[in-house]
Amino acid sequence: MAEVAEQEKVVKTPSEPLFSKKNRKLITDPLTDNNPITIQVLGICSALAITAELKASIVMTIAVIFVLGIGNVVISLMRNIIPSKIRIIVQLIVVATLVIIVDLVLKTFAYELSKTLSVFIGLIITNCIIMGRFEAFALANGPWKSFLDGIGNAAGYGAILIIVGFFRELLGTGTLLGIPVLGDPVDKTGLYAFGYENNGFMLYPPMALVVVGLIIWVQRSKNPALVEEE
Amino acid sequence: MGLKQNLHNLKEKYKGTKMAPAFNAIHTFLYLPNETTHNGTHIKAADDLKRTMNIVIMSLVPCLVFGMFNAGYQHYLATGEIERVTSGFFSGGFWTVDNFMVGFWKIIPLVIVSYGVGLAVEFIFAVIKGHEVEEGYLVTGMLVPLIVPVDIPLWMLAVAVIFGVVIGKEVFGGTGMNILNPALTIRAFLFFAYPTWMSGDKVWVHGAVERNNEIIAGSNLDAISGETILGSYAQNNEVMYSLSDMFLGFIPGSIGETSKLLIILGALFLIFTKIGSWRIIVSTLIGALAMGLIFNGVVDAGWITEGSKFYGLMSVEFWQHLFIGSILFGAVFMATDPVTAAQTNKGKWIYGFLIGFISIAIRVFNPAYPEGVFLAILLMNVFAPTIDHYVVQGNVKRRMKRLKAKTA
Repeated sequence: MAEVAEQEKVVKTPSEPLFSKKNRKLITDPLTDNNPITIQVLGICSALAITAELKASIVMTIAVIFVLGIGNVVISLMRNIIPSKIRIIVQLIVVATLVIIVDLVLKTFAYELSKTLSVFIGLIITNCIIMGRFEAFALANGPWKSFLDGIGNAAGYGAILIIVGFFRELLGTGTLLGIPVLGDPVDKTGLYAFGYENNGFMLYPPMALVVVGLIIWVQRSKNPALVEEE
Repeated sequence: MGLKQNLHNLKEKYKGTKMAPAFNAIHTFLYLPNETTHNGTHIKAADDLKRTMNIVIMSLVPCLVFGMFNAGYQHYLATGEIERVTSGFFSGGFWTVDNFMVGFWKIIPLVIVSYGVGLAVEFIFAVIKGHEVEEGYLVTGMLVPLIVPVDIPLWMLAVAVIFGVVIGKEVFGGTGMNILNPALTIRAFLFFAYPTWMSGDKVWVHGAVERNNEIIAGSNLDAISGETILGSYAQNNEVMYSLSDMFLGFIPGSIGETSKLLIILGALFLIFTKIGSWRIIVSTLIGALAMGLIFNGVVDAGWITEGSKFYGLMSVEFWQHLFIGSILFGAVFMATDPVTAAQTNKGKWIYGFLIGFISIAIRVFNPAYPEGVFLAILLMNVFAPTIDHYVVQGNVKRRMKRLKAKTA
């Protein structure tokens, strides 16, 4: 019933501008105060696994934006014809199709990178953020809103991935996007001339957890409203 | 007007301001506070947190001093300037000023960095959070220099201390609230972040890394090796140290862990003053012996032959495991940390036993981590609350049963 009501509302207010305040909030909210990783703590597994390199983080972000943006629209368009008993299966088929497209594109045009990302592109299917947005938003809202919501959530997820990837690659290997920025560790130039060494711990997934934890810490101490009541 | 009065005035001046905890801490660390309660109902006890910490530090001082001598001794031994000592603990060739000075100038900076950085973090957090400075770092700061190799660069130690104190302790709410032992968190950080400085056969002797570089460059032809006993065993090499060397501590290793004799003295002191739990110490050693016995049995049964890469460590006599590596140091000074260990008596037995058991298992099965003790203790730190929970629940259940039997 809720879906029908929502649809009626959309029909009744066709004059709502594409980027109304409410719609803009759909994109900006997941970036900050309702971030899928730091606030809802969803999609942590891939955030830990693939963020050792900035490049992988960026590609993962683009992939998830694509899958979630398109997926949300498709589910939203079908929301009135999906029988609710088999909706999970339908959702899985949609997301699997999109993920296979991403996977094949990567294998064709960026084979090395797709090897780095290995199973994690495939595992986008099981990424909690995607099924979560399908269930919580796309099934109850129109395509345009669903699209914005999908883009917003994927970008919020990607923002954290990129921040974590930035620090892990910079401190772990001394490079950014594969380009050495701190000097050459073998020839001892740049920072390495002063005895600096790369932090191998940064390349292990537990350190990603620590970095995510630090981001959560900073975010919550800046905005105490986010701290849960005990 | 003495220093005490000055500090007191300073404290009064800053009372109620943001910096108050910092001055308070300096004052009460050095002196008894000016105002103490005189009447009314209160418990009189001498062992406040600072006193407790100081006793642990006192038990560590012999290990530290020995570590200084040993650092110099290993250095000169490796460069071939002195001979190996053979005449027991009081060998003249060991207790020389030369040896001491080498170690002193290598180790005192480590101690200063450890305390300086760690206490700075504590003070900053106390001022931000507006509570008193906690004494928790006093022992950690002394333990940290004792569990690292002598040549560790100071900036690495500083980074690790910041990480260990912030992530290992402050985020959980400070002293008394931490799940993981901060000193071991610091070591774990160093171990995984800078493995080239924390493991291998070159890091344990002062100067060995540079000499090795010279050898590679061709400017020095005398190779030296500072391989630890565990390293030799893990590679099925001949071990070149006698049992008495291992016991007395004339071997390469982390600064404070080599002399088993002094660690045992420290342990007796801790047990005598009731600061350290003898249950944890004893059960850890029992756990280690049990695992050693199992491995000995496996070798005796012929399941592991000399060709196996595990043969070297598995065939070590089970009791010898206590003399090599840092199992003893870990059992006495790390596992007994009252905050991170199990709290119930029964829980302490289980907690300690598993630490010893897992330590030896890691030691044998994973040659990449020849020293598994710190990993085992960190692991059991995580499980300690669970152990306590089940011990308490078991108690409740038993009593409920008894109550039922009585009332029925």
